[in-house]
Amino acid sequence: MSCLIGSRNCDYMVGIVGYGVHIPRYRIKVEEIARIWGDDGGGIKDSLGVIEKSVPGMDEDAATFAVEASRNAVHYSGVDPKRIHAIFIGSESHPYAVKPTATIVAEAIGATPHLTAVDMQFACKAGTTAIQCCMGMCSSEMIEYGLGIGTDVSQGRPGDALEYSAGAGAAAFIIGRKNVIAEIEGTCSYTTDTPDFWRRPGMDFPSHGGRFTGEPAYFKHTVNASKELMEKLGLKPSDFDYAVFHQPNGKFPLQVAKILQIDVGKVKQGLMTPLIGNTYSAASLIGLASVLDVAKPGSRILLTSFGSGAGSDSFSIVVTDKILEKKGYNRTVIQFVGDKEYLDYGLYVKQRRKLKTL
Amino acid sequence: MSSMTVGLPLTWRRIPERYNLIGSECEICHTKYFPVRRICPQCRRKGKMKEVKLSGKGKVYSYTRIYAPPSGFELDAPYMIAIIELEEGPRLTAQVEDCNARDVKIGTPVEMIFRKIQEDGKEGLIHYGFKFKTVSGKSNILQE
Amino acid sequence: MRRVAIVGAAMTKFGEEWERGFRDLIAEAGVKAIEDANMSGNELDAIYGGTMAAGRLIGQEHITALIADYMGLNPIPATRVEAACASGGVALRSGYLAVASGHHDNVVVGGVEKMTDVPVGEAAIALGGAGDQEWELFMGATFPALYAMMARRHMHEFGTTEEQMAMVAVKNHANAAKNPYAHFQKEITLRDVMKSKKVASPLKLYDCSPITDGAAAIVLTPLEKARKYTDTPVEIVASSQASDTLALHHRKSLTTLNSSVVASRNAFNMARMKPTDIDVCEVHDCFTIAEIIAYEDLGFVKKGKGGKAIEDGETALDGRIPVNTSGGLKGCGHPVGATGVKQAVEITWQLRGGAKKRQVKGAEIGMTHNVGGSGATCVVHIMKRVN
Repeated sequence: MSCLIGSRNCDYMVGIVGYGVHIPRYRIKVEEIARIWGDDGGGIKDSLGVIEKSVPGMDEDAATFAVEASRNAVHYSGVDPKRIHAIFIGSESHPYAVKPTATIVAEAIGATPHLTAVDMQFACKAGTTAIQCCMGMCSSEMIEYGLGIGTDVSQGRPGDALEYSAGAGAAAFIIGRKNVIAEIEGTCSYTTDTPDFWRRPGMDFPSHGGRFTGEPAYFKHTVNASKELMEKLGLKPSDFDYAVFHQPNGKFPLQVAKILQIDVGKVKQGLMTPLIGNTYSAASLIGLASVLDVAKPGSRILLTSFGSGAGSDSFSIVVTDKILEKKGYNRTVIQFVGDKEYLDYGLYVKQRRKLKTL
Repeated sequence: MSSMTVGLPLTWRRIPERYNLIGSECEICHTKYFPVRRICPQCRRKGKMKEVKLSGKGKVYSYTRIYAPPSGFELDAPYMIAIIELEEGPRLTAQVEDCNARDVKIGTPVEMIFRKIQEDGKEGLIHYGFKFKTVSGKSNILQE
Repeated sequence: MRRVAIVGAAMTKFGEEWERGFRDLIAEAGVKAIEDANMSGNELDAIYGGTMAAGRLIGQEHITALIADYMGLNPIPATRVEAACASGGVALRSGYLAVASGHHDNVVVGGVEKMTDVPVGEAAIALGGAGDQEWELFMGATFPALYAMMARRHMHEFGTTEEQMAMVAVKNHANAAKNPYAHFQKEITLRDVMKSKKVASPLKLYDCSPITDGAAAIVLTPLEKARKYTDTPVEIVASSQASDTLALHHRKSLTTLNSSVVASRNAFNMARMKPTDIDVCEVHDCFTIAEIIAYEDLGFVKKGKGGKAIEDGETALDGRIPVNTSGGLKGCGHPVGATGVKQAVEITWQLRGGAKKRQVKGAEIGMTHNVGGSGATCVVHIMKRVN
């Protein structure tokens, strides 16, 4: 098992300097999808813990989301984009199979040309891995600021269980050593070759192992990464004020909290899936942003992502006083969630281009 | 499917303008222009042009809802096109998206967003750039 | 500068001319005009041809070489003129200048467009090239969208209504129904216009001129020689042209075309005339709002009063100043490059007393107003019957 120790053992703090999200304004209710497929909408809402999910506009994709979230993060942080020397962007729905999304973002935030940039993929956890890469380059003084982004417009196969939860969104985090609003005390990861969910090239929709995606995949990696982090940092579950987990539905994070003996009340603030669906590479990061929107200085946050294939990145994050100076600098996650317009299934299918002729 | 594939170098040259609203300002008469101009129409050879980044904030000067789209925009129809007057003075033509059509009137404040404008079919390039949305208490930026 | 006369005028039927291609149309119009001038082909000195988008629409450039060839007129010089929808008008001006300067004597001016050999979407893209390709069309704006935004401002600033715009279409169809060459041969009602399919709000299908094939031609000669060819010469007493920004969003105002104002003012100065001297006028009604704005820009009514003018019938066939007796672009059709020349053909017929059912009684002075794009070019001519 690998272990990446964070700033506790370093000479200086590495942490979050700024953050921003983007959630599209369109929604479709779980009950509306169920209506078409003859399922019990109320029952599915309850069992998945998802009420409605976000749907991208016709002119939106993972790149436009990433740009909007990144612009928000840059504005929040006050950092000159020319001092961002690395951009890592994780997604499983990059607009091009070959041609980086990272350069589109770099150009759109004015960071070009003196930087490195790369696209990443690790199902739902590439966004948190992007942050780990930024941490490494910042703490080694290779860069002053790095930008880590998770963004997705993933598709669910019509009629499949995942169609109820596959949402769309993005979150961007600027990592650095100065003017940190939340210190990352440490991070570690738990990674194995576990084929729970995948998509072959050229296929429109992913395939998955059904119930296999639970215990051997999500739970094993999330729990192990979190436990290892706490052990290495000498922390107990009660040391955390908030816990944010990857959230493929509204239920798994609550179950993981119970297993880790973390009070489920601490999961609520960072659990966005019930209202916007699973935003894949952005999911745990949007949850983290929601916590940062309200957290007071001194709060400690456990963040553990999960990506199918499979792996988890776990972080311990402590909010600093600097966060107070930034209140009101951004649209909060709740404000994005509240700005919505509903679609019926027909408009949803058109907008998601699920019709063969589109 | 766009039947008019935009030339590659042509679209690439315009990226700073389309992504970041880079325009021009004449250092002699201080008029701002969008898109970039080499020659100031007021001062001509006496003018001196430099690049300037425009804020993306403005208001609707006129608008129309397009029901009969050109090739490449069929899936977007109906959509709103507006002439936006930026707060620095220049005007431009852009789609207004991500908001209720009935909220768009002459004088409505708007701000720039980043969206796909068109693409050269399923295999070709995607052209990104500016569109605008209404600012109605739900601005991306609440406080400077 | 010599004085210049029109001695021959002809046009083809405008419409969806499936059986006839580009070459057929221009040859027909050209030959008929030369016959009308009682001139021999050997007497011609030069050709000026206006066509906007032959490259996109029929894959052909170098079109005046084609015209000279097909009309058997080699080796006289043949020059193409392009100014979007003002191609015909600017071609006429080019021919006028050639004769007025003394460089040529007998000049044939042709305007032609073959628009139906490509699908409608392609034709729309070709027309979009009249605007700013990179900053208007690329963003998703169509040509109707540009005029729709002008209409929106005109409604906002002056209270012009959609019904008033619709009345322009009704009038022009009524005139077209009297014109055997027009694309549309049937009258329409206000209800037909108001209920027609939305194109770009507030413009509907019947607010927009159609996609049309057609050609028109004019023969010019110095006035001093005109009687050799015809008993009814018509003198061009003014020719004027002006430019404005390519993109609509760069104009100072969306409710006036400054190029129209400048070109018409210069034309009136050149002819030593006023708007009240004009007996009949062909204006550029690519969209109904364009005609309303033209009434104001040309000085027939005060700014903002264009809607009232159409509503009060001032520009009907029997009105104070009959406008678009041919049916205009709306009713007669708009083969882009041909329109500017067709306008001159219609005015010539009016001034000769040969417009039959749509004749304006006693018409002595006429005017043509041809616009390119959303107003980046405007060319105005004033013609006078020679007594």
